[in-house]
Amino acid sequence: MYAGRGRRGSLTIAVFLLPTIVGFILFSFTPILRSLYLSFTSWDILQPAEWVGIENYRQLLASEEFWRVVGNTAEYIVLYIPLMLASSLAVASLLNRRFRGVLVYKVLFFLPVLTSWVAGSLIWRWILNYRYGIVNVLLGFVGIKGPAWLDDRLWAMPGIVLASVWKDVGFFALIFLGALKGINTDYYEAAAIDGATPWQRFRHITLPLVSPTTFFVLVTSIINSFQVFAQVMIMTDAGPAGATQVIIERIYRYAFQFYKMGYASTLSWVLFAMVFVVTYIQWHLQKRWVTYDA
Amino acid sequence: MMRRAIVALRTVSFYLVISAVALVMILPFLWMISTSLKEHEAIMILPIRWIPEKVSFQSYRDIFSISTMVPFHRAALNSLIVSIMATFVTLVSTSMAAFALAKLDFKHRDQLFLVFLATMMVPGAVTMIPNYLVLRSLRLLNTFTGLVLPSIYNAWALFLLRQNIKAIPEAYFEAVLVDGGTAFTMYRHIVLPLAKPILATLGVLTFMGTWNDYLWPLIVLSDPSKMTLTLALNNLNARWGEHWEMLMAGNLVSMVPIIIVYLAAQKYFETGITVGGLKA
Repeated sequence: MYAGRGRRGSLTIAVFLLPTIVGFILFSFTPILRSLYLSFTSWDILQPAEWVGIENYRQLLASEEFWRVVGNTAEYIVLYIPLMLASSLAVASLLNRRFRGVLVYKVLFFLPVLTSWVAGSLIWRWILNYRYGIVNVLLGFVGIKGPAWLDDRLWAMPGIVLASVWKDVGFFALIFLGALKGINTDYYEAAAIDGATPWQRFRHITLPLVSPTTFFVLVTSIINSFQVFAQVMIMTDAGPAGATQVIIERIYRYAFQFYKMGYASTLSWVLFAMVFVVTYIQWHLQKRWVTYDA
Repeated sequence: MMRRAIVALRTVSFYLVISAVALVMILPFLWMISTSLKEHEAIMILPIRWIPEKVSFQSYRDIFSISTMVPFHRAALNSLIVSIMATFVTLVSTSMAAFALAKLDFKHRDQLFLVFLATMMVPGAVTMIPNYLVLRSLRLLNTFTGLVLPSIYNAWALFLLRQNIKAIPEAYFEAVLVDGGTAFTMYRHIVLPLAKPILATLGVLTFMGTWNDYLWPLIVLSDPSKMTLTLALNNLNARWGEHWEMLMAGNLVSMVPIIIVYLAAQKYFETGITVGGLKA
């Protein structure tokens, strides 16, 4: 009603919506349809695209590479998620009190979040250096001979996970901190009067009350885990011997290095399908462990 | 007396724990700074030294002077330009649309908003290839305009802004109508001033996202003179991969501007993360 009536009103509305609508059509709606179409074609970007039906999907699901990539992503998720959840909740609990210097600590925990993944990956490639990296040097102090990390098929993915947890912990800790601050302190006082131990208080008050946030963090971080890219490109270049190949890295290679636009698009739709299914399952499992009342 | 001692002990142990955790978080940065201040020959010496025997700024001179594919100061300037452009484009385009979607009446308004929201589910990887193709046919590859153009559409920002603009009381808008103002007056004199905090939040997050982005510039920009800092670092890594002092100096230089922005706008970062959550 605020835009005025008739033609002038419609024109006003059109002006306000124009950039977004143009962007939506050019960079979202049409691209989604186009990428779906491309996923059924074979296209090297120079010759016209050739319709191949479900051939790309068949080929993809039958390829050893695809299942290796799925396995690598699963390994990343299984290692990363518990580590990240535990450490960000722990950091949030540390920050959830009033003390001198809280701002300084917040900045320190947040520094890795501000760092670009390119810079973060370079730092970690150096830190995880077999001979001169501080991780192995520190391990050496306690008598452990550290692995070759990024050059070792077995240890490359754990190395990438360590870097990712370090980089993301401050971000998720801030989200958890918001949730912790929202908990009514009466609960803790009542529990203390009843003689509950700190662990019991954490287990039976904190955990259930932050569970909606845990759910949110879980969903977003798993979606993000499917799209790991820069750390893999820079830390291991997807090696050694494909041990850290992941989906976005494959899409990038197929599209922009091998110019297989069709196959790359197929990969992107399979990624979409996987993210969708995993999120859908989590959505349905949430009622088993997420507490929304209280 | 005893009670006070216990309280003091608790405080001390608390600081010990939180400082230990903070140390683990910043150890990588300390090692980065330490490495960047060493001479090349001093990097690979065991046992490692946290404080260089001889402090050298050679690595910093090198990254600005050595003829890698793109001079570092050029890349820094490029990053600054595209980050400002992307932030500006995102803020203008999404605030206009969010205002229309929140306060103006038109047919199918809420359905249109739902369609926008639905696109948030689609991973960026799906639209990446077609977006590259769009820029290619518009002949905008290798240009800053092309790099930032997709920022005119941002569903997440639309959602965040619409929420906030919706919360502005109707009385403000009615007052503009009474004074004979138009929708443009409302946008200019009510929406923009009152949505300032959320716009600032969105602004710093967009700036940081663009500054740190790697994949999209990697695809769009291949001309060395156009490359952003993340691409320059990537190149430095490809050409001088064993020169850790240069790589670490480059890292530090690339981080400084974003840290300054963060310190200047810390509260906006925090609300951005706790309110918006989804992206960083």
